[in-house]
Amino acid sequence: MSAVVAEHDDHEHHDHGPEKGLLRWFVTTNHKDIGTLYLVFALAMFFVGGAMAMVIRAELFEPGMQFVQPQFFNSMTTMHALVMVFGAVMPAFVGLANWMIPMMIGAPDMALPRMNNMSFWVLVAGVLLLASTLFMEGGAPAGGWTLYPPLVLQTGDALPFAIFSVHLLGISSIMGAINIIATIFNMRAPGMTLMKMPLFVWTWLITAFLLIAVMPVFAGAVTMLLTDKFFGTTFFDAAGGGDPVLYQHIFWFFGHPEVYIMILPTFGVASTIIPVFARKPLFGYNSMVYATASIAFLSFIVWAHHMFTVGMPMAGELYFMYATMLIAIPTGVKVFNWTATMWKGAMTFETPMLFSISFVILFTIGGFTGLMMAIAPSDFQYHDTYFIVAHFHYTLVPASIFILMAAGYYWLPKWTGNMYNEKIGQLHFWLSVVSVNILFFPQHFLGLAGMPRRIPDYAVQFADWNMISSIGGFIFGVSQLLFLYIVVDTIRGGTGEKVTDEVWEDAHKHGLEWTLPSPPPYHTFTTPPTVIPTEHL
Amino acid sequence: MSTNNAYYIPHRATWPILATLGLTITLAGFANYLNGVAIGPVMMVIGFAAFIVMLAGWFTLQATESESGMYNTQVGISYRMGMMWFIFSEIMFFAVFFGTLWYTRNLSVQWLGGEGVGAATKELLWPSFEANWPTNGPGNVGGEFEPMGAWGLPFINTLILLSSGVTCTWAHHGLLAKKRDQLIKGLIATVVLGFLFVLFQAFEYHEAYTEMGLTLGSGIYGSTFFMLTGFHGLHVCIGAIFLSVVLFRSVKGHFKPENHFAFEAAAWYWHFVDVVWLGLFIFVYLM
Repeated sequence: MSAVVAEHDDHEHHDHGPEKGLLRWFVTTNHKDIGTLYLVFALAMFFVGGAMAMVIRAELFEPGMQFVQPQFFNSMTTMHALVMVFGAVMPAFVGLANWMIPMMIGAPDMALPRMNNMSFWVLVAGVLLLASTLFMEGGAPAGGWTLYPPLVLQTGDALPFAIFSVHLLGISSIMGAINIIATIFNMRAPGMTLMKMPLFVWTWLITAFLLIAVMPVFAGAVTMLLTDKFFGTTFFDAAGGGDPVLYQHIFWFFGHPEVYIMILPTFGVASTIIPVFARKPLFGYNSMVYATASIAFLSFIVWAHHMFTVGMPMAGELYFMYATMLIAIPTGVKVFNWTATMWKGAMTFETPMLFSISFVILFTIGGFTGLMMAIAPSDFQYHDTYFIVAHFHYTLVPASIFILMAAGYYWLPKWTGNMYNEKIGQLHFWLSVVSVNILFFPQHFLGLAGMPRRIPDYAVQFADWNMISSIGGFIFGVSQLLFLYIVVDTIRGGTGEKVTDEVWEDAHKHGLEWTLPSPPPYHTFTTPPTVIPTEHL
Repeated sequence: MSTNNAYYIPHRATWPILATLGLTITLAGFANYLNGVAIGPVMMVIGFAAFIVMLAGWFTLQATESESGMYNTQVGISYRMGMMWFIFSEIMFFAVFFGTLWYTRNLSVQWLGGEGVGAATKELLWPSFEANWPTNGPGNVGGEFEPMGAWGLPFINTLILLSSGVTCTWAHHGLLAKKRDQLIKGLIATVVLGFLFVLFQAFEYHEAYTEMGLTLGSGIYGSTFFMLTGFHGLHVCIGAIFLSVVLFRSVKGHFKPENHFAFEAAAWYWHFVDVVWLGLFIFVYLM
């Protein structure tokens, strides 16, 4: 390596292009390359996790056992969650962060480029280790993505692999988060003050703090699972003085910030896209920043609302109920601000905006069902039913996933220099938005009627809504192939129309990335920009 | 530092891939070993060897680059931020086990003894269990044991670790005052004290296992005791190896008063390990 170092020990190294051939992707330290790797990997995992969801919906299409064994069904629910959370949504946002943050703050690259490479490849290793459990004796983990003991300790050969995969995913996330923090604090162009940063950068900064605070907590929890299973400890065994509920506390101390790790960057992208297509500054920029920070803070003190039925003391039920409801305030501020941004705006409805608007509406539905479950006595009724499944899928699919789609449509022209096919994009949007509601809205009714989650069979009175939900699921699943088509098509030239630097009307007033050529050169902002766009403020 | 104004961005990195491979093969090997698959230990050795090679290579690369003046002040800030937040993540990792100790000792063991909402638990499951600490639970898991006292080896280890913090700072002062001799002597003292701590902890563990009946399987007391002190001991080892690398570089003439990130990082890490030990000494041994 020292030879390479000597070779590049000059001032001209920024003009280097990428390495030739396939090796480029393994040794790259370029934030754009690594961003692409993350995004492609996340898209692949989106389809892997989606295929698992298809298995689940096929089995639930009718009552009775149709296609798979109950054990495998439970493996599917568990793996679907783990793959989507750790393999699709989180990496997709890290990919966006890699691509966009340096370009948005006027930095030449991420602060720690070598570590950036490592965090991606450790992620791949973690997901591969997890995926390998599907082929092991005793099957993949089937106790739910929360990995609650004592149930999860009954897992076969897969258990240590799943645990170590969590460790690797944690290492990857922590390295990624440290990189993002160092980049945002240390690499901003002169004049790019914190309160001028695009909201996407702000939300990622706060998300990064959540990540380094809670990923080690999850690592600690699964380490105790490992020692309970293999080394005779009794952390989660009452006979030795431990407590299985302790695991739930630790898990959800991680788990609740974790769900905000998936939603805060979502908010950031929405806050970046909506002003551009409403042709107005973001309403209440400062309040958006403070609301994001408040939500992040609150996420650390509400964890036991996931455990209302576990047998907590009354004081705990009440505290976690009220604390949880507090989250509605900063979240309400955000929804209000997005709406107010669009108010009297000169709006146009290109695909990114369509996805963003539907995000505002459908995420609000997910938020309201969240409030319903924050009410402890009501939660006793909905707990572990399809109502909670409907709730969190509303906050993840038409929220996080839709915004990831919006981000794809919004930035693909910048990344590739080609325009995507707007007609197919809109078709993708309308198919998705209709089918996602056919898929998840009936699950509210199923849950309220008492259908439990994570069970492959159900009583006949649930049959109709399940069939409708499954039909929605199949349409949604197939519709996403349109997105795959559009991504590939746009990379290969798209409509053939060459896009301008700003791509979207007046976008260069909203963010630095639109002042760069489309596609941007391999190295950007090797000298910092002088003009800081402030239209988003 | 360097007069080079540009932020140094490497073009290709080969060590991260090896790091990933080493880490993954080690963990996959460990998982196989736990499942009783024969290839497991072999994989662990291969993976760990790869990891060591990676560490040596990556450190050498960074040291060479640093000494040749490729890192400007801004790069140094990135590295310091990286180390600082890495240590923060480590604090959160230890917080889990401290939290576990607090929860089991003050809540779950008390509930098993009938306190609060646990009255029925006690009556129906373990009517004869009295909540005390230390305990191995109502099931007397792991059999009779003797808890670890604070004033023998653990107290000596406290003094060792605290002194090592002093010698480490003394070495830092030497570096800043361009007294290479003081830097090297201070680091030697720190590293020796660090490994002495590990040695004494090994004696302590040996005594616990052979004479006190105290093992990792001694119920919740044994679980929390060995998990907390074990992970701490592992971190002492890592910190001492880190300091050894810094010592080696100091002997080779590396580091300047205005440019010595590796020394600072090692010192921060060492102080972090020190503070965790104080927490351990108070909450695990004394109370």
